[in-house]
Amino acid sequence: MDFIRNFPFIGIFLCMSSGVVNSVLPGKWAKKVSITAVTLNLVLSAAVLYYVITTNQSYVYVMGHHPAPWGNEIRFGILEGIFATFFCMIMLLSVLGGIQRLEEDISEKRSNLFYVMVNLVMAAILALVYTNDLFTGYVFVEIMTIGACGLIVVRGESRSLVASVKYMIMSLIGSGLILISLSLIYDLTGHLLMSNIQEEVAQLVESGRYIDPLATAIALLSVGIAIKSALFPFHLWLPDTYTYATSTSSAILSSLISKAYIFLLIKVFYRVIGIQVIFQNKILHLLFAFGIAGMIMGSVSAIRQNDLKRMIAYSSVAQIGYIYMGIGMGTTIGMLAAVFHIMSHSASKSMMFISASGLSSVSGRSCRFQKLRGAAHRNKLAGFAFLIGGFAMIGIPMTAGFISKVYFAQAAVQSPSNIKMIITIIALGISTILNAVYFMRAIIVIYRPTDSHEDVVKRKDILMSAVLICFVIFNFALGLHSDTVVDYMRAGLAMFS
Amino acid sequence: MMKMINERKQPQGSRWERFLKWLNGESPIEYKSSPEWHLTDEELEEKFREDMEHAEKVHKEEERLYKRYQQWPDKKGIPLYERIYRFFAVAVCLIVMVSLLFTVAGLLEFGNPDNPVNNEVSRRYIEEGLQETGAVNIVTGMILDYRAFDTFGESHVLFIAATCVFMILRVGIGKEKNIEDEKAREQENDRLYEPKNDKILQKVAFIIVPIIFIFGIYVILFGHLGPGGGFSGGAIIGAGLILYLEAYGFKKTQRFFTLKTFRVVSLSGLLTYAAAKSYSFYTGANHIESIIPLGTPGHILSSGLILVLNICVGAVVACTMYGFYVLFRKGDF
Repeated sequence: MDFIRNFPFIGIFLCMSSGVVNSVLPGKWAKKVSITAVTLNLVLSAAVLYYVITTNQSYVYVMGHHPAPWGNEIRFGILEGIFATFFCMIMLLSVLGGIQRLEEDISEKRSNLFYVMVNLVMAAILALVYTNDLFTGYVFVEIMTIGACGLIVVRGESRSLVASVKYMIMSLIGSGLILISLSLIYDLTGHLLMSNIQEEVAQLVESGRYIDPLATAIALLSVGIAIKSALFPFHLWLPDTYTYATSTSSAILSSLISKAYIFLLIKVFYRVIGIQVIFQNKILHLLFAFGIAGMIMGSVSAIRQNDLKRMIAYSSVAQIGYIYMGIGMGTTIGMLAAVFHIMSHSASKSMMFISASGLSSVSGRSCRFQKLRGAAHRNKLAGFAFLIGGFAMIGIPMTAGFISKVYFAQAAVQSPSNIKMIITIIALGISTILNAVYFMRAIIVIYRPTDSHEDVVKRKDILMSAVLICFVIFNFALGLHSDTVVDYMRAGLAMFS
Repeated sequence: MMKMINERKQPQGSRWERFLKWLNGESPIEYKSSPEWHLTDEELEEKFREDMEHAEKVHKEEERLYKRYQQWPDKKGIPLYERIYRFFAVAVCLIVMVSLLFTVAGLLEFGNPDNPVNNEVSRRYIEEGLQETGAVNIVTGMILDYRAFDTFGESHVLFIAATCVFMILRVGIGKEKNIEDEKAREQENDRLYEPKNDKILQKVAFIIVPIIFIFGIYVILFGHLGPGGGFSGGAIIGAGLILYLEAYGFKKTQRFFTLKTFRVVSLSGLLTYAAAKSYSFYTGANHIESIIPLGTPGHILSSGLILVLNICVGAVVACTMYGFYVLFRKGDF
């Protein structure tokens, strides 16, 4: 049983080494290796999750012969276990669901390179989830940045090249800000290990010295991660990126990469700065304001789109706004709502991207609304999955989106500041209506009866159907059994601090 | 209910009655008398002409406004937008600059021995690094033994960057139809503006390149004994390879460095690193004694795995540098 403690380390190394091996394999074999590695990681993370839940405590795993402040270490508690398992599952489903489309989009000679990116990004996500050291976190942030560029550019079209250049520039600005912030934190505390920094920061705050540099460091880190996860004013790279990448890449980018960054931010808030210090900090007001603005502006932009994938991309901006709003509320229950929304949004967003690719492949490989008319009749399962995803985004009961909205509203009601409460509730209402406007429009378009479905050749994609069924079941399960998940998340967050 | 409402006396023409009639579908068609019924034909004609003139005037006015509306973005809108944009760009940059400068001014005094950076972490690196890692060069001991996981990630950053460049720039792995044409064109474009077989360059390279290689190998192999290590030594070897290619052209380098070499070297480097480090991580975390001897500090065969890791990192870095150059230049090895 204690051997399970090795699993996070084994998982990360397995993913990385198989990614390196993929670079010399032909595409067909690389696919198998990659899927096997991700599946194994899913099993390993599930075992870790089971282990931490049964023992109900967190563990530190020393990487090497030297203990923590000198060597590297990783740490896993309940929250880490939940998210590692969840991210592995979404990665597996996204890759499997988009595989047929992938083979059409990507030339066969470079398809093995795609799986190199998938494996290395998976390893980076796991390392970011498990890390207990700021610099380790930064190294894997870099891997994830470059890997994400690779995932976008692998399609090889000129538009995806432009999109990835945009992504790279914005993302590297974010990396730079994070690096400056890390060096400031190191200068002030003399540590890179999260728990040691927390002690030093508590001393600094108590003595009242170097408060301004500390505030700058927190602000730079938050803004850096906000740029990377496309919070509202920094979201300009997002629509092109999600539209012109292949659907698997879009699903991975929206529901894994940006979410892993936000997870890192929450981890830093809890484990590095200390949550009580953060709650007193003014940066949360900024994140809150940007989150609210993103909720409204993202939805308004989504209404104006004529392309399904672009619309989903702008809806991501709105949903990321929700998460930052939860973080910015400055209460524990707000954090909990944000953490739950990370999960519910990634579950439904990856499903929507995969189902959008299913819908477009029966509509002349186009995602424009004109072509998509009646697509749900041609590909019934993809249409149904899109419907469920839309319901989750709007927040209709029985879906996970509803639960997270309930938690956001609860957090708003229990918020100590009245202004934040009023703003949150109004913004939730407006944003829900706006969500309903554009998702209902999309659903009406795809369910409109047409008489042209005779001449469309139906393509069999059994794998995608199976994946969509899994997604739908998972979304409903998350919506109906949210109490268990939220209880574990609460325990995990308590373990964080 | 309906009957009762109907039976109630209502004054003729009230809203309620009209609503009821609309509800029952019996609302009568209303004829509004025209206000012009009393005019004569001539007067009507006159009025019609006036109306037409007025309409034309309004139409012209509308057209003018529409034109202005159409031209507004070009004439005023875009310059205005650009001015605001520039102003805000400069303002945001200035705000960030000033706040960062203030932060730097408020930081700790540089080089002060009481700074928190001089704590037990760096003390142990300096005082016990030699005994614990066996490396005379403390920096190498730090990056390849104490914090080997970070360096492991860092070498994969190089690998993934090389893979991305490979994906974008390598000719012949995209969806192009005429790969052979493209390859030939790239070959032609290569060295279009450079002298071929420059004698001076070749002679200098003939003397320098072996020295560069030997120096690079020295820096890698003595990384744990003196300044240097895998990253710097690999960069030196990579630079030597690039110089050789520059002097003698692709035909000569293809004899010993092809795509296969690139793949084999970087793959075996990274896999050896992963295998060596997973052994040491596994034993370290499970409190198993490592069987790798640290040796006598100062000897070339000492300090455990550091020498192996340095060689791996050096190989990966050299390959990545040369690969970048080749891909940017011709798109193929």
